Formats: sequence, C-alpha cells, structure tokens
Amino acid sequence: MTLIQPSRKRKPRARRVLGEFPSVESLLAGIDALKNGGYDTLETFTPFDIPELDARLGLRRSRIGWLVFTCGLIGMVLAFGIQWWANVHNYPLNSGGRPVFAIPSFIFPTFEGLVLAASFGAFFGVLAWLRLPRLWAPIDEVEGFTSASIDRFWIAVGAVDADDSGERAQQILRDSGAIQTIAPADV
Amino acid sequence: MTTTAVDSVAQSQAARDAVEEFPVVYDVPDDAALTDQILSPIWTRSRAWWPLFIVSGLLAVLFIYAMGVTFVRGIGSWGNNVPVAWAWGITDFVWWIGIGHAGTFISAFLILLNQRWRASINRFAESMTLFALVNASLFPILHLGRPWFFYWLIPYPATMGVWPNFKSSLPWDVAAVSTYFTVSLLFWYLGLVPDLAAARDRAPGITRRRIYGIFALGWRGSSQEWRHYRVAYTLLAGLATPLVISVHSIVSLDFAITQLPGWHSTIFPPYFVVGAIYSGLAMVLMLILPARRIFHLKDIITEAHLSNLAKLMLVTGSMLAYSYLCEAFVSWYSGDPFEYYTSFVARPLGPYAIIFWLMLCANILTPQLFWWKRMRTNTVVLFGASLLVFAGMWCERFIIIVGSLNRDFLPSSWHFYAPSWVDISLLAGSMGLFCFLFLAFLRWVPMVALSEVKRLHLDMRKERQPVKVRAADGAAS
Repeated sequence: MTLIQPSRKRKPRARRVLGEFPSVESLLAGIDALKNGGYDTLETFTPFDIPELDARLGLRRSRIGWLVFTCGLIGMVLAFGIQWWANVHNYPLNSGGRPVFAIPSFIFPTFEGLVLAASFGAFFGVLAWLRLPRLWAPIDEVEGFTSASIDRFWIAVGAVDADDSGERAQQILRDSGAIQTIAPADV
Repeated sequence: MTTTAVDSVAQSQAARDAVEEFPVVYDVPDDAALTDQILSPIWTRSRAWWPLFIVSGLLAVLFIYAMGVTFVRGIGSWGNNVPVAWAWGITDFVWWIGIGHAGTFISAFLILLNQRWRASINRFAESMTLFALVNASLFPILHLGRPWFFYWLIPYPATMGVWPNFKSSLPWDVAAVSTYFTVSLLFWYLGLVPDLAAARDRAPGITRRRIYGIFALGWRGSSQEWRHYRVAYTLLAGLATPLVISVHSIVSLDFAITQLPGWHSTIFPPYFVVGAIYSGLAMVLMLILPARRIFHLKDIITEAHLSNLAKLMLVTGSMLAYSYLCEAFVSWYSGDPFEYYTSFVARPLGPYAIIFWLMLCANILTPQLFWWKRMRTNTVVLFGASLLVFAGMWCERFIIIVGSLNRDFLPSSWHFYAPSWVDISLLAGSMGLFCFLFLAFLRWVPMVALSEVKRLHLDMRKERQPVKVRAADGAAS
C-alpha cells in the first residue's frame, strides 16, 4: 500500500527476512526455532494481541502507566488549582455563607480533571510512544502483508547481514510452518 | 484482550465454562471470513438502510428545528413554569446520560473483571454511549436560556473577571459530562484502531483504503504496538470505570443538594447510577437484537450475551426496586410531613399518578421475567421488556423531576405541568439523532471489535473444549 511516497533520503535500515504463518501455534513454533537458530532480533505482526509473545521476544511490560500516572497527577493539581485560584484567591465568592475555601465541593471537578488528563496521557501517550500516525512504512510494500491485520501472523527476522542471502532464516521459517517467506528486504 | 497470564486465565475460564449456560462464540468459519462478514456492511449497500437513515435524519432535522425555536423564542416555548422550572429538558438530559452508562459499564467495567463475553458487544455499547452523550449534553445547554453563552460555564480568564462558582453542582456537571464524553471517545477510538487497520487492508479501491488508512493511523499490529496498546487500553478502561459511578452520582447531586422533598436524599447517587446502568442495558438489548438478526451475528452474539444482559437487567432492576423502597421508607421514617406527602400522596395519587404507576410496573415487574432461562433467550420477550424498561426509566426521571417540583412546600404555588410541542419534538428529535448516528456507525465503522473476537475465538479453541456447533435451524450465516 502506498499512501505517502517514501522519502529518497530515507536512512537504510537493516534488512529483514519475513515469514507469514497461518496460525498462532506455528508463529510461536517459528519464533522458538529462529531463536534456537541464533536469530534474536525478531518482530511480529499479528491481527490481535498475543501476550504470550512478550516473553519469547524479550519484551518487558510497557512503562506507559507511569506517563498516565504523571498526567493524572498534573490534571488533579491543575483542576484543584483552577478552582482555588478562581473561587478563593482571585474572586472570593460568598455562596450561601459557606466557607470560601470549601474543599469538599472542589473534589468533583478535581477528580474529573485527574481522569481527563490521565486519559489524554494514555491515548496520546501510546500514539507518541509508537510514533503513530505513521501512514506509510517500508513494510507496507511487501506483497500480501495486509493479511497481518486479518488472519495471518508475520515474523520479521532482523540482523541479516548484507552478504547473507537470508536462505537459512527462510529455511527455518519454512520448516516451522511458514506459508510464505520473503527474501531479505529493506523493511 | 489484555490478559498477560493467558494459561492461568484459560484454566479459570475452563472452570467458568462448567457453569456457563451457552457458549460465548459459536464456531465461526475462520478469521478472514469473520472479518469479511463484519466489514461487509461497509462495502455493500443494504436496501433497508437508506429508508431508516432518511427517517431518522428527518427526525434529527425536527430536533434541529425545535432547537432553533428554543434559541429564538427562549425557554418560554417549552412547557416549563414556576415551580416546575426544570421539566422535560432535564428529564431528557438525565435519561440520555443514564443510557450512556451501560456502554461504559459493558466495555470498561467488564474488561477489568475479565468478562470475555463483552468482546462481541462492546463496540455496540460504546457507540451507544457516545451517541447518547451527544444528545444528553445538548439539553442542559438548551436549558441555559441564553445557550450561546454556554462557555461561561468553563473556567477561562474572562475580561468580566468572574469565574464559575464551583460550590454549585452545575459546574460539576460540566466537568463530569465533558470528561465523560472525551474519555468515552478516546476509549472508543483506541479500541477501533486495530479494526480500522483491518478495514484499510480489506478495502476495495484506493479511496476507501486511504480514508480508513488515515483513521487507522498506520497501525500494523507489531509486537511493539500491541505491548504498549494493551496497557494503554486497559488503563483507559480503568479510568473510564470510576466515571460510570461518578458521572451519574454528580448528576444526582443537582437534585440531592437541594431541599425539595423528593430530591433531598442521600440515596440519590447510587440510586441514579443503578437506574442509569439499567436503562442503558435495555438500550443495548434494543440495539443488538435487530443488529444481530440483520447482520447475521448470531454466531458471535450468542444466547450467552442475551442471557447475561438479561441477568444484569434483573440485578440492576432489583437494586432499583430496593432504592424505591429505601426512598419511601426514609421519607416515612423521617417524620417530615413534606417528604411524607411527596412520597405517599403526591406521587402515587397526584396528577402524574399514571406515570408513577407505569414507572413502578415497567421497572420492577418487567425484569422479573428474567428469572426464567427461556425468557432470557427469547428475543421477542427481551425486546419487549427492554422497550418497557426504556420507557419506564424515562417515566422515573419525569416523576423525580416534575413529580417533585409541581407539589413543593407551598400549596399556593402548585402548578400543573404539560409539555409543549417543542418539548415533545426535542425528545422525538433526539431519538432521531441517536438513530441517525447509530445507523451511520453501522454503515461506516466496524461494528464488532474484530481483534478481540478473533482472540476470543482462539481462546475457545485453546481450551480444547469442543466448540459447540449450532443447530442447523436458521443459524448458518
């Protein structure tokens, strides 16, 4: 798929061998076989979340929670601060003789500020973390790669040397059940 | 799917299956066929869709017209009077916002409780929340009197040098409803991203591929993407969950912090929240029952979903009955003659007695049907019961608001309330707008959370439990 033409100045990336698998079981088998074969730089593309992959690919739990937590704290302080500034400091308002600094009545907007800011943190945080939107990537040019969002499971095997034909990695992929392999490509 | 320890989950799910009545997904052919089935309404025109879309669009035009009349002629065009200063408009607001709650309940609450059956219906429920909130947020703005100054409710550094009064419950409402809408939208969209990517990759033609490609933000489903997505999505669910509780609690405080008999009650926050989820569950059922039939979704929205929703209605309906009882008991026990009068004379015997009794019957008796398994899976009964609850909950909001205001402390100020044609048009029009938006959703957005259903299907197979194959009677899609 070509949505945006690639820039000519694009940095050359390490070439990768790709394999397409028909099922999660064969995908997991493929990863194990590749790791046994000494290939450690692996990335998968799957139509749905497969948490079992994390341990195999050496991925740690996302740290995005800390970002969300920080955003929530900022939102909380900001929402409380706005109310304090508005109703206590800048324009003290006598409302039915209640205390000017009426903390209990400030709780609700403070809570909403927390949730709102934390949600912005989660949504925009995950997009920024993943560098999305990224409408075009080299891998989109691979024939048949669109199946990765439908019903197929792809492995990209990295760190293939420039002089490596990638035949060994492709053989491992085929042996573990890949229905299609792609020779080393700049993806 | 957001589980990390999948194997242990699979074990506990297998144990749970022993007590489950129906499978949560039947043996759907394969992921590609499932994707094509769910996406097909996007690519192919349905003959029934256009007439429905046009009718609901016309009703939405009526909504806009009634809003225009309200803008030009003011609140005087409504039936409101003194003492019934809040009437139909606030009833609609409270009712619509309550309907939205079940969407968040199904999508966010149930994800945290690891209820896997939610996967097939969460997109319907979340969309319902969004469109209900669009309607809900319009009513208080229309009710402002000078709606074009609605931004005065937001704390911004105005040249007038004044600020909203945060000791009033109305700015709380603004904070609660705007946050709720924003978080619901973000949650809905983040959940959609992998499915929009599937739509992009299945789209016929470059134009549609580009449009869905832009909305899919370049999602490719890589292991890195899923790793962060999973946590962000669950955190959003975790953040949306307290909103289910807080938003209608805050709305109820608009009433509870006043001194009017029938409003001045500490039970209001939980009472409103339960009623909200209850009415929303009825709405979800009313939406998925036809959708399930029209789009042949019986293999992924199974009897398990219908039965579970019916059970939830039974639970929330019973909690609501308990709230009615508590409210009546406390007004008797308080010894306050005004409270007593409102609960035991004005409401059951006063001018709106019919609506009061309709509310009691619809909201309390209807869900009692769902003690029987056969009733929980009978689509006609479910639809009829949902319709009754849907109407019954509107009656409840009406009784709380108008039923309390029209008989306040001073008999000399009592006044009957009747809606004007503008009030009625606003309610009918808002339903039209809701249907209009929902039909647009069915037409242009993947209506089922594909990636989650695919994962659910895999889990079912993983449990090595023979996936029950449906009986041949009209089930094949």
